[in-house]
Amino acid sequence: MTIVLNGETFETAKQVTVGRLLHSLHIDPRRVAVEHNLVVVKKSAYDLTVINDGDEIEVVNFVGGG
Amino acid sequence: MPDSLLTIADKSFSSRLIVGSGKYATNEIMVQALEASNAEMITVAVRRVNLSNRSQESLLDHIDTSKYFLLPNTAGCYSADDAIRAARLGREAGLSNWVKLEVIGDEKTLFPDNEALIQATRVLVKEGFVVLPYTNDDPISCRKLADAGAAAVMPLGAPIGSGLGIQNSNNIRIIKESSTVPVIVDAGVGTASDAAVAMELGVDGVLMNTGIAGADNPVEMAEAMKFAVKAGRLAYLAGRIQRKMYATASSPLDGVLGS
Repeated sequence: MTIVLNGETFETAKQVTVGRLLHSLHIDPRRVAVEHNLVVVKKSAYDLTVINDGDEIEVVNFVGGG
Repeated sequence: MPDSLLTIADKSFSSRLIVGSGKYATNEIMVQALEASNAEMITVAVRRVNLSNRSQESLLDHIDTSKYFLLPNTAGCYSADDAIRAARLGREAGLSNWVKLEVIGDEKTLFPDNEALIQATRVLVKEGFVVLPYTNDDPISCRKLADAGAAAVMPLGAPIGSGLGIQNSNNIRIIKESSTVPVIVDAGVGTASDAAVAMELGVDGVLMNTGIAGADNPVEMAEAMKFAVKAGRLAYLAGRIQRKMYATASSPLDGVLGS
């Protein structure tokens, strides 16, 4: 299925969870925050949150800033 | 006279200098500059993870979060909605419900959109955030932000990254005099004397990034800023002499040779 990940189209397995998606991207879940269709996903819910075709996912982290 | 702590919401800081973590040539220089500044609160930005290059180190590999309190910002947001999204993500990525709220109104000046800023402040305060808004040096906007529940107000000294120093010191004084919450001068500091001037106006603290990170030697400038903020604060507490148009002799007038 196709999702929008950080503004870009992205192919991923059907019914993937946020936790599985981060794992497949080699992202340490402790260091990021995830938004699913404009709603922040709590870290405790990563493995329970299923992503559907066409969903929008944002994965952010902290960078240097003022 | 020992200085009191800088208290914002439920937290107290012994340093009145807040520094950013952006624009450093290397993470190593940033770490040394943070150390030299003696700051306890560090601002960070919330950005999309780079998915094409996962080799990049995380900022949090370098900043000791047991030593520094992280203040996520909403820099780069041009609407209340985007700033609210960034604040919520920053809260989830970080360890606290504090946010340096920025809603920018114009790309060239990076001046705040105060209407959207006040709106976003109201929403985030309702959600339990400790909101520190970056605002214009306008006493009325600052009052409205405090009324909206901001935990501090952070008027600009000059445009972000401009290094122009405090452009409207009278407004900053009025803001401080009338504010019910701490006042932090945020942005515009170019060198140590600018930070001292801000503190001499009586504000509670100074926040800066480019003034340190952009200096030829950021670590030395960070140390200079530490002293400047302290010096300015002490001078404010000590109470300066009145300005006068003409001289007043410092030495006794009696017993001068040849008199």
